[in-house]
Amino acid sequence: MAIELKMPALSPTMEEGTLAKWLVKEGDSVKSGDILAEIETDKATMEFEAVDEGVISSITVAEGTDRVKVGTVIALITGEGEEPAPAPSPKPVASTPVEMPIQSAPIPTMSDLKPIVSSSANANGNMQSVTLREALRDAMAEEMRRDDRVFVMGEEVAEYQGAYKVTQGLLEEFGARRVIDTPITEYGFAGVGAGAAMGGLRPIIEFMTFNFAMQAIDHIINSAAKTNYMSGGQVRCPIVFRGPNGAAARVGAQHSQNYAPWYASVPGLIVIAPYDAADAKGLLKAAIRCEDPVVFLENELLYGRTYEVPMGDDHVLPIGKARVMREGTDVTIVSYSIGVGLSLEAADRLAEDGISAEVIDLCTIRPLDKSTVLLSLAKTNRLVVAEEGWPTCSVGSEILAICMEEGFDDLDAPVLRITNEDVPMPYAANLEKAMLLNADKIVAGVRRTLGV
Amino acid sequence: MATTPAKKSTSKKASVSEDAARANRERPTEPVPYKATKEELLKFYREMLLIRRFEEKAGQLYGLGLIGGFCHLYIGQEAVAIGLQSALTPGKDSVITGYRDHGHMLAYGIDPNVIMAELTGRAAGISKGKGGSMHMFSTEHKFYGGHGIVGAQVSLGAGLAFGHKYANDGGVCLAYFGDGASNQGQVYESFNMAELWKLPIIFVIENNQYAMGTSVNRASSEDQLYRRGESFRIPGIQVDGMDVLAVRGAAEVALDWVRSGKGPVLLEMKTYRYRGHSMSDPAKYRSRDEVQSVRDNSDPIEGCKAYLTEMGVSEDALKVIEKEIRKIVNESADFAETSPEPDFAALYTDVLVEQY
Repeated sequence: MAIELKMPALSPTMEEGTLAKWLVKEGDSVKSGDILAEIETDKATMEFEAVDEGVISSITVAEGTDRVKVGTVIALITGEGEEPAPAPSPKPVASTPVEMPIQSAPIPTMSDLKPIVSSSANANGNMQSVTLREALRDAMAEEMRRDDRVFVMGEEVAEYQGAYKVTQGLLEEFGARRVIDTPITEYGFAGVGAGAAMGGLRPIIEFMTFNFAMQAIDHIINSAAKTNYMSGGQVRCPIVFRGPNGAAARVGAQHSQNYAPWYASVPGLIVIAPYDAADAKGLLKAAIRCEDPVVFLENELLYGRTYEVPMGDDHVLPIGKARVMREGTDVTIVSYSIGVGLSLEAADRLAEDGISAEVIDLCTIRPLDKSTVLLSLAKTNRLVVAEEGWPTCSVGSEILAICMEEGFDDLDAPVLRITNEDVPMPYAANLEKAMLLNADKIVAGVRRTLGV
Repeated sequence: MATTPAKKSTSKKASVSEDAARANRERPTEPVPYKATKEELLKFYREMLLIRRFEEKAGQLYGLGLIGGFCHLYIGQEAVAIGLQSALTPGKDSVITGYRDHGHMLAYGIDPNVIMAELTGRAAGISKGKGGSMHMFSTEHKFYGGHGIVGAQVSLGAGLAFGHKYANDGGVCLAYFGDGASNQGQVYESFNMAELWKLPIIFVIENNQYAMGTSVNRASSEDQLYRRGESFRIPGIQVDGMDVLAVRGAAEVALDWVRSGKGPVLLEMKTYRYRGHSMSDPAKYRSRDEVQSVRDNSDPIEGCKAYLTEMGVSEDALKVIEKEIRKIVNESADFAETSPEPDFAALYTDVLVEQY
């Protein structure tokens, strides 16, 4: 019986990759540990090893093939003395290890962006396609070229090129003085960053994930957020704490939390959680230039997605402005970060049934752009919040309160929170999928608020 | 020019930090007591006396209800701040400390009026009345607070030192913390990075023997706190923190080490606070005799006075200084009592720097 060699997933979030090179050919004998091929993802090139002994009876995906889905059969190995099996057609197998709840979220084009606020990317047509990861890197690089006080510090940001490759290339351009690998010591380096900011520098502190920043939250809140107030405006702390936030894929309860509501509750902090690359770049540049401490929440599942971003190094967006991602008349869906993609997907499906949903990306969670939310509510009279996070004391809870306090007369139905389930993140693929926010849940929530 | 005697009968050994295990590493030279001129010593005396009288006055105002919340007095520890900070340059070298911060501010030449007004929560206070006793700063002097979370100032101080190195401005950071803070995890995270990156920082443990009500021996498995940096290769020196010349002598050695690019150094200042941890602490965990014994035998101001007497400074001259200091302190108390509270509009200012 031939053994199928399948396209491996090299990270929890990898969905597809390039089969860069075969190091064996049909007819070669291989044994466990031999390097069979090189696989490229958007983050790195990895070697693919044999685990079984036998003869390569068939190579089913040629080298140089892009976008090979994880789980696709790429070669067959036949054991000693066995008949070579016929090659199957290369197709993804059902047991794809990572079921991606957001896989089909549409990528908004700039023509979808009809801003009613100033937070618009300049629509002058000079756009380029870049991944969110590259947009974040470009934002940092541009600001580092502009201002020598800006430096990046964190775990694996320099020589490793970033745990998620967001800092790729920065060490080469800016050197070890400004791109600094730290020991695994979140509390310590968050404090070092805050102290450096108080002393006049402009640190960008990368957390490998915001889950690890819980060790450092004392410095983010007690040192960075409060010192300007406690000092009567004398001591500023212009620092950016950034990194992936929220659920990744199959990484379990301790690596899958959305901290936006935690930080958004703190006066003295700016909290930004962008969705697409244009906003991510424009807002990260604004965050780095900002005199206040910023918590900048990224999403690992979005890092590899490609979006249109204005060209040039002057794309800076205002902090504290929401964006209308899609206009509608029947209901408003308010979201941020990865929830925006799911909301746009839900809006597409609702449109098929004649329901016109307006989708708002908050972009900045604190200070919150209440007026964009309330203006939309005044137009649609119904509102749901779609949030990839827990429901209790969530950003959704805050939006709900704002609608009650300041938009009560505009409400035709209760505001609903459509969120993750109120449980720690399970590991099992089916349970994880059930736990997370998805477009189905948003569609159902919208129907509930409309009574249809 | 007259200089102080190298030894006096009551002075302790300046350093007891010999350790065979560290013989193969380069170490700072053993500190010797600083040879102060009469003028310098008079200045130290004045400054220590200012801290003492200021803190006594703060204690009185607290008792009258004019100072609220927590108020941690520095009485007994004056030689540490004066001995160390007299070796620094305000505005170039940075200083950061915990919540027992009044003394360090006075030692850096910050106006007593705005400090006392902060204690009473007035608009004229150095933090506009919004920080209080534990949260005072002066960027002009590069004095960075004033931090209420035990140990936080150590990581922040490492960040200030990182800034000195990054900007190559020749400055050094002096980061104070107590024997209690020396058991916090982030202190060691900071030690590690500071040595790894050779940051220009002097870590100062003010070992006043009690972390609130817990004596060092009840809280620290290694109670010789100057050794706490050894596993990070940070040399440690134990110093008689009740003797201003011993402290200044140690500061000279530490600054030489740090300014020559050899990375951080750790000074353990053996000192003692006469008052409770804060004003609300009845200090039942130690005997009155213990406190009295320290006051009688090792008081830093009395010790300094003895040096001055040996150098021929008359009792009358010291009385003149005493009188001047009392005047300054009384004026600061009057200022702090009579200046107005902040406007209510101040409630909403300084939350963020920019408008969004």
